[in-house]
Amino acid sequence: MLRFLAERRSELLLLTGQHVLLVLVSAGIAVAIGVPLGLALARRPRLARPVLALANLAQTIPSLALFGFLIPVPFIGGIGVRTAIVALVLYSLLPILRNTVTGIQQVDPAVLEAATGMGMTPRQRLRLVELPLALPVILAGVRVAAVVSVGTATIAAAIGAGGLGTYVFRGLATVDTRLILAGAIPAALLALTADALLGAVQKSSRPGRAVVMLAALAAAAVGIALLARSPGGARPVVIGSKNFTEQVILGEILGARLEALGFAVDRRLNLGGTTLCHAAVREGQIDAYVEYSGTALTDILKRPVSPDPAAVLRVVREGYAPLGLRAGSPLGFNNSYALVMRRADADGRGIRRISDLVRYAATLRVGLFGEFLEREDGMPGLLRAYGLRFGVPPREMDLGLLYQALADGKVDLVVGSATDGLIAAMDLVVLADDRHYFPPYDALPVMNEDSLRRHAGLLEALESLAGRIDEKAMRRMNYAVDGEHRRPADVAREFLSGAGLLSR
Amino acid sequence: MTAAVELAGVHKRYPSGAVALDGLSLSVDEGRVLVLLGTSGSGKTTALKTVNRLVEADGGSIVVLGRPLDSWDPIELRRRTGYVIQEAGLIPHFSVERNVALVPELLGWPLARRVARSRELLALVGLDPARFAPLRPAQLSGGERQRVGIARALAADPPLLLMDEPFGALDPLTRHRLQDEFRGLQSKLGKTVLLVTHDVPEAFRLGDEVAVMDRGRVLQRGTPAQVRDSPLPGFVADFIAAARP
Repeated sequence: MLRFLAERRSELLLLTGQHVLLVLVSAGIAVAIGVPLGLALARRPRLARPVLALANLAQTIPSLALFGFLIPVPFIGGIGVRTAIVALVLYSLLPILRNTVTGIQQVDPAVLEAATGMGMTPRQRLRLVELPLALPVILAGVRVAAVVSVGTATIAAAIGAGGLGTYVFRGLATVDTRLILAGAIPAALLALTADALLGAVQKSSRPGRAVVMLAALAAAAVGIALLARSPGGARPVVIGSKNFTEQVILGEILGARLEALGFAVDRRLNLGGTTLCHAAVREGQIDAYVEYSGTALTDILKRPVSPDPAAVLRVVREGYAPLGLRAGSPLGFNNSYALVMRRADADGRGIRRISDLVRYAATLRVGLFGEFLEREDGMPGLLRAYGLRFGVPPREMDLGLLYQALADGKVDLVVGSATDGLIAAMDLVVLADDRHYFPPYDALPVMNEDSLRRHAGLLEALESLAGRIDEKAMRRMNYAVDGEHRRPADVAREFLSGAGLLSR
Repeated sequence: MTAAVELAGVHKRYPSGAVALDGLSLSVDEGRVLVLLGTSGSGKTTALKTVNRLVEADGGSIVVLGRPLDSWDPIELRRRTGYVIQEAGLIPHFSVERNVALVPELLGWPLARRVARSRELLALVGLDPARFAPLRPAQLSGGERQRVGIARALAADPPLLLMDEPFGALDPLTRHRLQDEFRGLQSKLGKTVLLVTHDVPEAFRLGDEVAVMDRGRVLQRGTPAQVRDSPLPGFVADFIAAARP
């Protein structure tokens, strides 16, 4: 593990720096908004209640969902650091706001009346009496906000904002525990550090002075962040991907192919699920990502399922056009859903096809990722098509954890995809879709039309990958990452080089 | 002799509808101590607070230090008026020294002068400056806090002191001693004092004159001897009698 970290030292430092910056900047903004707003609300108790309720509501939105909501919002939204900061500020606001209101309201009214009676102006009373007396409570709120932010900031990686979550998501996507820990442990240490630091300030006999120092620190961090912003220039092509191994590899393949053809590329990989990627490419936050025809058909365009690959492709192209999107040519493999079991179980019971499951369904524990439960071409249709009834409700888990759960015997059947590398590596069995329930899932690049206009030759460059990746190649690459813990970028380059695609 | 404070026909009704002052009239001559004596709810504290505009009267006329109340900027007025309240109302995170010199600080006195004044006043109210100046209010006894409260009220040498149950929260012994000290202090300083209390013996000990209040009006006013020896029949007589041991 130490060697693993040592190898990644410079990247780890960079991600930690991004993480600290995210937290500092968002905490700074949250304080700048929350404390004055809290002071104003403390004087208007009738207004304080609804505003606090609203802040409370923002707090309850799951962070990934909040990031999703923010993507299409102009100015503050999109993908990247800015959106992450907006979301983190929303999360940090409540504790700061609430503690400011509480802190001010708990100041002894007798002390306030004495202060007024001595001839303090309202401003002097605030500065000399109320703020100093409320400060420990306000600081407690800032402390909570900072610690929560350190945790939430890991999720910011899902929208390409960087930070230690990058390792966590990459690790989850590639089933690499070391990578997950490499992100999670520093994040936990950061949270403890922030907690201890602010706790010391809170207990210090001169909290005022410590607050000034912290504010200076935050201001310096914001300054550095502003200076460090990449200078303007020709915009690189932005390639996105969803948050599982195959998508990351495909993102790297697209990226490396474009670079081989002379494009500058900005990779925003591991961007959460389908909805997030679709929103991002529609808004032009990313220029292209790889989608699957069946997913586009049912999940994005909400069209009925069809077993005919050519028909699906036609409907997808027609559906995308009014959205300002272009569906490219299929890359060459069909990543259909796959119901996967341990070989011993399947052989023991003679299960080969999905329809064989009917007799055993009541006793099987199913693991799947959340998206599949919701999708039109997912669980509900599958149950109908095969007349299946499972005894236990399916367990939702991250894509990256499914096979581990299957191998560990925590579940008996998982819903994965046909190109999952671990199927071969773990000697698992894919059940045949004998009633042709799943539509074709041909992988193809989805591009924003505006981006194609802006980047001459981009369409041709991506089309050069058409038909070049078959199921076997994809499964092999997936296994190289999931099973052999190799880096997706290396695997992608190796594939392109083998296929003669690393040169013009 | 001129009146330092004069209220004429002052009314005050709180938003709850309670009538606190019902045409109150009274005056305090310069250099004299007038005690407002009454039960809780009699309007005596409200009357006091109309003088430094912590409470705005609804009607009637108030003249303070020779000027109608409206012509005073409330902030300036309060800085010219010493204010002492029950439990002292000291600023908890300020040292004793800074608490005492609070009004001078607000008036912008230089630090050295504030420190000197603070020490002078601590000595005046019987607290050793070397020992007490750096302490926080929480480190003091109730009696010590009240002394600091009086020192604070005197810090900018205001001509007028408003005192709201200044010794109310003290044990009888300490209260007695502080009352004596207040009398000694007052004979030296000769301030105009408006003091509110519900304690009959205290009123008689401290007041040059006593005004007995009930339901927002003064029922009887006179020297302590007059009020004690010939209270008006009815409320005043009952109230005075009830306090006799």
